[in-house]
Amino acid sequence: MILRLLQRLVVLVTSLVVASLVVFGFMRVLPGDPARVALGVNASDAAVAQLREQFGLDRPVPVQYLDWVGGLLTLDPGIEFVSRAAIGPQIADRLQVTLWLVVASMVLALVIALPVGLWMAVRHRHWDGVVLSALSQVGVAVPAFLAGIVLISVFAVRLRWVPSGGWVVPAQDPVGFLQRLALPTLSLALVQAAVLARYIRSAVLDVLREDYLRTARAKGLRPVQALVRHGLRNAAVPVVTVLGLQLATLLIGAVVIERVFVIPGLGSLLLDSVAKRELLTVQAVVMVLVVAVLVINFVVDLLYLVIDPRLRTGAR
Amino acid sequence: MMQRMTTSPRTRLLLATITTTALLAGCNAGAGSDPESTGSGTQGADGGTATDDGTGSTGSGTAAPGGSDETVRVGLVAEPASLDFTTTDGAAIPQLLLDNVYETLVTVDADSGEIVPALAEEWEVSEDRLTYTFTLKDGVTFSDGSEFTAEDAVFSLERVKSDAWTISLKAQLDVVDTVEAPDDGTVVITLSQPSNRFLYALTTRVGAMFDTEGVDDLANTPVGTGPYLFTDWQRGSRITLERNEDYHGDVPYFSDVEMHYFRDANALNNAMLTDAIDVVSTVQAPESLVEFEGGDYQIVEGTTNGEVVLSMNQTEGMPLADPLVRQAVRHAIDHQALMDTCWAGRGTLIGSMAPPTDPWYEDRTGDYPFDPEQAQSLLAEAGAEGTALRLRIPTLPYAVSCGTVVESMLEEAGFDVTVDELEFPSAWLETVFTSKDFDMSIVAHVEPRDMASVFGNPDYYTTYGTEEIQALLEEADTGTEEEQVSKMQEAAALISEDAAADFLFLLPNLMVADLDITGLPENAIKESFDLSSLARG
Repeated sequence: MILRLLQRLVVLVTSLVVASLVVFGFMRVLPGDPARVALGVNASDAAVAQLREQFGLDRPVPVQYLDWVGGLLTLDPGIEFVSRAAIGPQIADRLQVTLWLVVASMVLALVIALPVGLWMAVRHRHWDGVVLSALSQVGVAVPAFLAGIVLISVFAVRLRWVPSGGWVVPAQDPVGFLQRLALPTLSLALVQAAVLARYIRSAVLDVLREDYLRTARAKGLRPVQALVRHGLRNAAVPVVTVLGLQLATLLIGAVVIERVFVIPGLGSLLLDSVAKRELLTVQAVVMVLVVAVLVINFVVDLLYLVIDPRLRTGAR
Repeated sequence: MMQRMTTSPRTRLLLATITTTALLAGCNAGAGSDPESTGSGTQGADGGTATDDGTGSTGSGTAAPGGSDETVRVGLVAEPASLDFTTTDGAAIPQLLLDNVYETLVTVDADSGEIVPALAEEWEVSEDRLTYTFTLKDGVTFSDGSEFTAEDAVFSLERVKSDAWTISLKAQLDVVDTVEAPDDGTVVITLSQPSNRFLYALTTRVGAMFDTEGVDDLANTPVGTGPYLFTDWQRGSRITLERNEDYHGDVPYFSDVEMHYFRDANALNNAMLTDAIDVVSTVQAPESLVEFEGGDYQIVEGTTNGEVVLSMNQTEGMPLADPLVRQAVRHAIDHQALMDTCWAGRGTLIGSMAPPTDPWYEDRTGDYPFDPEQAQSLLAEAGAEGTALRLRIPTLPYAVSCGTVVESMLEEAGFDVTVDELEFPSAWLETVFTSKDFDMSIVAHVEPRDMASVFGNPDYYTTYGTEEIQALLEEADTGTEEEQVSKMQEAAALISEDAAADFLFLLPNLMVADLDITGLPENAIKESFDLSSLARG
């Protein structure tokens, strides 16, 4: 158990180091001198040179890398080239927004997918199971942004129930916050729920075919009883895997929805910063995302151990 | 003057938001292909009558005495990168701050295009046109409470010439020799040679008046004399201004102004349709205007300074160095059809580098009528049939939609055209603007009166700047006002005749607003979006 944990930790740290190298290196091969792009077309050469010097862009690359990593470790990624705004607080602000969106849509997706997925599995030979299954197939095929645009045109533009976009801080205006959260959450959650429900369905179907479930039925348990007592825990392992993947996808994939709904989240910050060649901001945001994804994977690994005792003993 | 023209390449590029389709392409390709929007094509102007689509009423643009306690929400496409236009480029900053937070000694009247008093009550020009004496308005204070005096004006103008300003637009004041303050209410500016462009330059951002004590944190804390004060910036979404209750001029109608920034054209339209904003400052997708037709909204349609230029690389040895080939290009393009296809027919055909709002504007659209046969025979004469041309365009809405139209029209006339879309600004700047590795490109030059900066400099990416045009532009600048107009007309004619570039069309000023909003400028001819003229009623 401990060994396994340590293994996972080593993988986590190695991945972080490799990711930081890739992120740092990649930003340097993109076309466009960051100082020139940051200052714009009308900037004089002297100003560009001054900015390069000020931000140490003229130093050897390894020195720049170490300096950057040092900044990250002390949670101080520096200031932006042009706006001179501190990067750390910006990321913190944007992360809050994105987290609301991701958590809300994940929860909503689960709330929809769990019963629907179970229902589809249990009733897979009946008409309602088949219809739900077909619907979920459609849901998987619909991109979240399309769902978003349709939702906007129906609920915001035509019915005027909610605003078409924007963001307010929950503490300032709770009602406005929920109104603005509703459509983006829904557009993300519907698609995620469809994917999740299909995984739940197949996981549960697999379990239903297992010998131990037949044994449980033979003992005299009713189908649902047998499933709940012996099946769910086994079905949970693949579902948790998918959940972890989806959470990571959501965190990054929310950027499209952020654009459609004009939400100032982490993804928008990333896109804007890439266009402006705000190197330090891009690197910091990508690293935050990398850390998030790695941590999610780590947690998923831990969850396996919690769910499936066989993995625990296997490691010993 | 010549020195100035050859060392100060400058342009204003029209940057625009991406449409949803562009957005998706951007996301598929990772985060790398998202165009920046530090600038905007339309720079609003003050005063002005708003053409009212629905009711036919027009607004006078004068604020109600005392003002109201209402808020106006303006939707824009380009968020500033910083609040400091002395070191940061981009049209979005003066659009927000000039005339609203900062003021200039003189300004341009949005209706007449004339230069009128602002912080200077009046001014005199000496006989030799080298000395300008400005009498400053009394009782003007900065937002930090200190008084605006001649000392501040001298400080501000000398600062432009110092290293504190880094944008190359500062070269507009290179002609200034000395700035002096004989007393608190008088500023005397001496030029090294007569210049017609000088007074106009003072109406732009280089003429902005700063407080001697208020320039420590320009990027975040602007201190000016204007009708509005900067209050809050929620990065990525909006900037808020509030009325300056101690303003020395007419009190603006709206007590608060919220500038909402949208990266996506559809999101901007949706915000207008759902009443989340009151004004759309620039309609980014002209075909979407139909959503606003039908009387619920007013649509303002006028002209801008944004010439959409099909630039041609005339560097020695390149295919377009041959004037015959360039002329063939101009004859090969059906401008009306092009504008109809790629910008929903909104815009103005110009034919040279002067918008209708410039004093020296002449209709030059007849110089190269659409004539594919003429184009083919010119090509044959040059021995250049089937010439391969690389059309390298920035990933901006107008460039992308016009690029394919230009491609097909040129192929029709016997060219072999390859279109490359380059990520804007980074990849485009490096490839086209800096390395000049292109044959043709499409960019809107939106700076006011930019004929000299775009076509008077052989080192600029347009690579034109012949000695003849430089001489004409120089004469226009140093001559009398009448000479300025006639020489600029000659210059525009020469640029057209030489086919220094092709002029696809002039971007329209397209605004949508609630029916009761008044004071929107019909023509966007200034760097600023004048908020003090807006009112509701």
